[in-house]
Amino acid sequence: MSKMHVKMTVNGSQVEGLAEPRTLLIHFLREQLGLTGPHIGCDTSHCGACTVDLDGKSVKSCTLFVAQANGAEVTTIEGLAAADGSLHPLQEAFREHHGLQCGFCTPGMITRAYRLLQENPTPSDEEIRFGMSGNLCRCTGYQNIVKAIRAAAAEMAAGKEAAE
Amino acid sequence: MNAETPISLEQRKDKLQGLGCSRKRVEDARFTQGKGNYVDDIKLPGMLFGDFVRSPIGHGRIKSINKEAALAVPGVKAVLTADDLRPLGLHWMPTLAGDVQAVLADEKVLFQNQEVAFVVAEDRYAAADGVELVEVEYEDLPPLVDPFKAMEEGAPTLREDIADKTEGAHGPRRHPNHIFTWEAGDQAATEQALAGAEVVAEEMVSYQRVHPCPLETCGCVASMDKINGKLTIWGTFQAPHAVRTVASLITKIPEHNIRIISPDIGGGFGNKVGVYPGYICSAVASIVLGVPVKWIEDRMENLSTTAFARDYHMTGRIAATRDGRITGLWCHVLADHGAFDACADPTKFPAGFFNICTGSYDIPTAYVAVDGVYTNKAPGGVAYRCSFRVTEASYFIERMVDVLARKLDMDPAEIRLKNFIRKEQFPYTSALGWEYDSGDYETAMDKALKTVDYQGLRAEQKAAREAFQRGETRKLMGVGVAFFTEIVGAGPVKNCDILGLGMFDSCEIRIHPTGSAIARLGTISQGQGHATTFAQILASEIGIPAEDITLEEGDTDTAPYGLGTYGSRSTPVAGAATAMAGRKIRAKAQMIAAYLLEVHDGDLEWEVDRFQVKGNPERHKTMKEIAFAAYNQAIPGLEPGLEAVSYYDPPNMTYPFGAYVCVVDIDVDTGVTEIRRFYALDDCGTRINPMIIEGQVHGGLTEALAIAMGQEITYDEDGNVHGGSLMDFFLPTAVETPTWETDWTETPSPHHPIGAKGVGESPNVGGVSAFSNAVNDAFAHLGLTHTQMPHDHWRVWQTAQRLGLTGQPAAAE
Ligand code: FES
Ligand code: FES
Repeated sequence: MSKMHVKMTVNGSQVEGLAEPRTLLIHFLREQLGLTGPHIGCDTSHCGACTVDLDGKSVKSCTLFVAQANGAEVTTIEGLAAADGSLHPLQEAFREHHGLQCGFCTPGMITRAYRLLQENPTPSDEEIRFGMSGNLCRCTGYQNIVKAIRAAAAEMAAGKEAAE
Repeated sequence: MNAETPISLEQRKDKLQGLGCSRKRVEDARFTQGKGNYVDDIKLPGMLFGDFVRSPIGHGRIKSINKEAALAVPGVKAVLTADDLRPLGLHWMPTLAGDVQAVLADEKVLFQNQEVAFVVAEDRYAAADGVELVEVEYEDLPPLVDPFKAMEEGAPTLREDIADKTEGAHGPRRHPNHIFTWEAGDQAATEQALAGAEVVAEEMVSYQRVHPCPLETCGCVASMDKINGKLTIWGTFQAPHAVRTVASLITKIPEHNIRIISPDIGGGFGNKVGVYPGYICSAVASIVLGVPVKWIEDRMENLSTTAFARDYHMTGRIAATRDGRITGLWCHVLADHGAFDACADPTKFPAGFFNICTGSYDIPTAYVAVDGVYTNKAPGGVAYRCSFRVTEASYFIERMVDVLARKLDMDPAEIRLKNFIRKEQFPYTSALGWEYDSGDYETAMDKALKTVDYQGLRAEQKAAREAFQRGETRKLMGVGVAFFTEIVGAGPVKNCDILGLGMFDSCEIRIHPTGSAIARLGTISQGQGHATTFAQILASEIGIPAEDITLEEGDTDTAPYGLGTYGSRSTPVAGAATAMAGRKIRAKAQMIAAYLLEVHDGDLEWEVDRFQVKGNPERHKTMKEIAFAAYNQAIPGLEPGLEAVSYYDPPNMTYPFGAYVCVVDIDVDTGVTEIRRFYALDDCGTRINPMIIEGQVHGGLTEALAIAMGQEITYDEDGNVHGGSLMDFFLPTAVETPTWETDWTETPSPHHPIGAKGVGESPNVGGVSAFSNAVNDAFAHLGLTHTQMPHDHWRVWQTAQRLGLTGQPAAAE
């Protein structure tokens, strides 16, 4: 099958490559760009392990052709830490509150939560649960994930206030 | 002579981050940054990708396979069928249960989605294109999906390969579709107890077919290095060493030329214990093609082919006195094993430890028989987050006790309290032959009932039922009480083995000269946090801070031999090996310290992180000092270095237990069942890391919720599998999952070096019963004794309909 030329911004860097148009975004990220943070848990849009941020929205990258992401701005778990290497408050909070076990859902969870907290910086527990319902976890029972997101939201709010 | 700044005993203890502290996990740094290394992340030069052609039908004969069109697809390198594997003797493989399983269908297909051909191509897209184009012609045969019809006369014979074998791996077979009969207990005495009983309650309790469904599916990368003759397989293996031995036996490649590596594993829950056709086909393809071959299941393949769990149909009779003393228990199980008997049980236990089904109760006489049968369904029968068949057993007894309570018009909590094995009866030998190590059931139950205000809940339920009767509400409240005893930590080598491999486990420790250490184990974490908790065990044993101890598992070239991680065996077995290896280190350290301090070994005592002279603690040597001395001093009579290895064969299993209470509110017009409250008290003996224990309990309860309230894999009469995708197979999201309340008591195991019992699976074992008991309890006053799981909205609504709650408020009487 003939290949097309794709170009996008991934984690702040310009990338380009050749891919069959039918290639799924998740495979392009993982196999061509070597970004193996986002995982594949179902390839049917149910589990959210493949969640990445695309032009300011959470998307399941197993359900998007790379052609559809041409020209887009993509952020994966690998792009969440600050330039100086310091971790995003969500990454810290997931560790602090034991929001992960096997870690397979974690990149998708954190990437989704990253967008959720921009959509709603002060979510209630119920809003967190609802906002995270596209991401499945088989290990944690979600309770500590909710706790971690709540803590990160508070941390980020405090950081913002301090900056103002 | 001791240069370190003196710090208090407490500070020294804290610094170790040893037993009992909620140490943060060392695994998390890589996982939260997307730097885990799971099988599908592995990319080797020249690597090809394999994918299966699968049977569209449940039962049929293969008339022809045509590979031509597939081989013409650009990028497709090979198509393997049973005929290609036959010359190597690899078209069939032994299962863990003493049966054989077709690696690629050999003349017949026996379940939908069975592996028929393996297409190897340059990438997964080309492989999928190839799969589309392999032409297979089938002749339909009548499918057998109802296990109750499996042994009928005239039932189609599924396994023609063994049709004439009257002797199976576990004794005589009565029918071509019969696998085994397994019995425990005293049949005559039990039948007598039932015949003479004041009250007998009966029920058929089914535990539906489900699937562990870890978020990462199964997969592997096989790489044959032709130059040095070494086969390396990275894979989702819960038991890497056992896989190596089995791989060596079936491929005839010498064991030292096989290296099995389990990298990070994205959850296992029993799914990743077995050996699957994908592993064999990848290895063969790599051997034949001389390049690495990757195989990764997709979710539908995972749910419909590798490792189902349960599918037990349990008919029970329970006898009691009129005042509620249980006097006997009888049980017959019809076990649906699918097309091949691939159960992952210790070899001598074809029904696992199902004979733990007398539960937490002092039942004087009992009998159980299990019949395993073949059907046109996927093979498996794994322990989905439980020790072998323990959740089935626990569900059975916990439902039976409730059924008996209804019959006697007794409160479910009261009947349990009345029949518990008493604290002073431990060690307790059950009627079905287990020796329970320790327990204090009453204390646990009392604490649970008090915490949830059980009396208050029952009063509220009574009021709610009256309001329902008056037509003021359409909701029914249910309270589920469950008390479970698990049996984990398989196991004593004298009675537990897998294909002849004794179920011990191991730990090897090396102390570095500067006082840090590396420990390697025969187990493998799949999210349990072994690198964190085993370092804690060691820190307490050898006085080296947990953060200075590296933990390694999963590479058979470097780790000591062990039977792996499943059945909650890591803490009871490998955790014990870790403590014992640590004690060997300490014993040698004591001799070194004695030399350095110029005293007798016996003049020294251990304190947290050092040996000190008795009565003169000022004179001491820390572990750090001792470690250095081990490498730089010539000590008469002692070899240099400081390392130890321990292979631990547990003297007994461990028996964790717990008391769970679940409160549900059911809308009878929609069947929507809301989990209002769930309280879980666990007693797992000594608690190594409370944070991790709590996390394990949350996760196990969520899996229990999934099973009790929605998970099910069914087959229609044509043999088509239903529930084989996440569209149909219920995995709760954060929205359906309630907030869990956890609690604990601590009754150490008397035979385990640190008293720990294991916890990962308890919440699944106890949780399922608590949910189901709550749903059944909601309708109990209307005469319901038992309704089958899963309690999804539709079934609950049907139950309400059957009981006459048909949409109109009942007229007030
Ligand atoms: S892999 Fe994309 S949603 Fe599951
Ligand atoms: S941590 Fe294992 S799936 Fe979420």
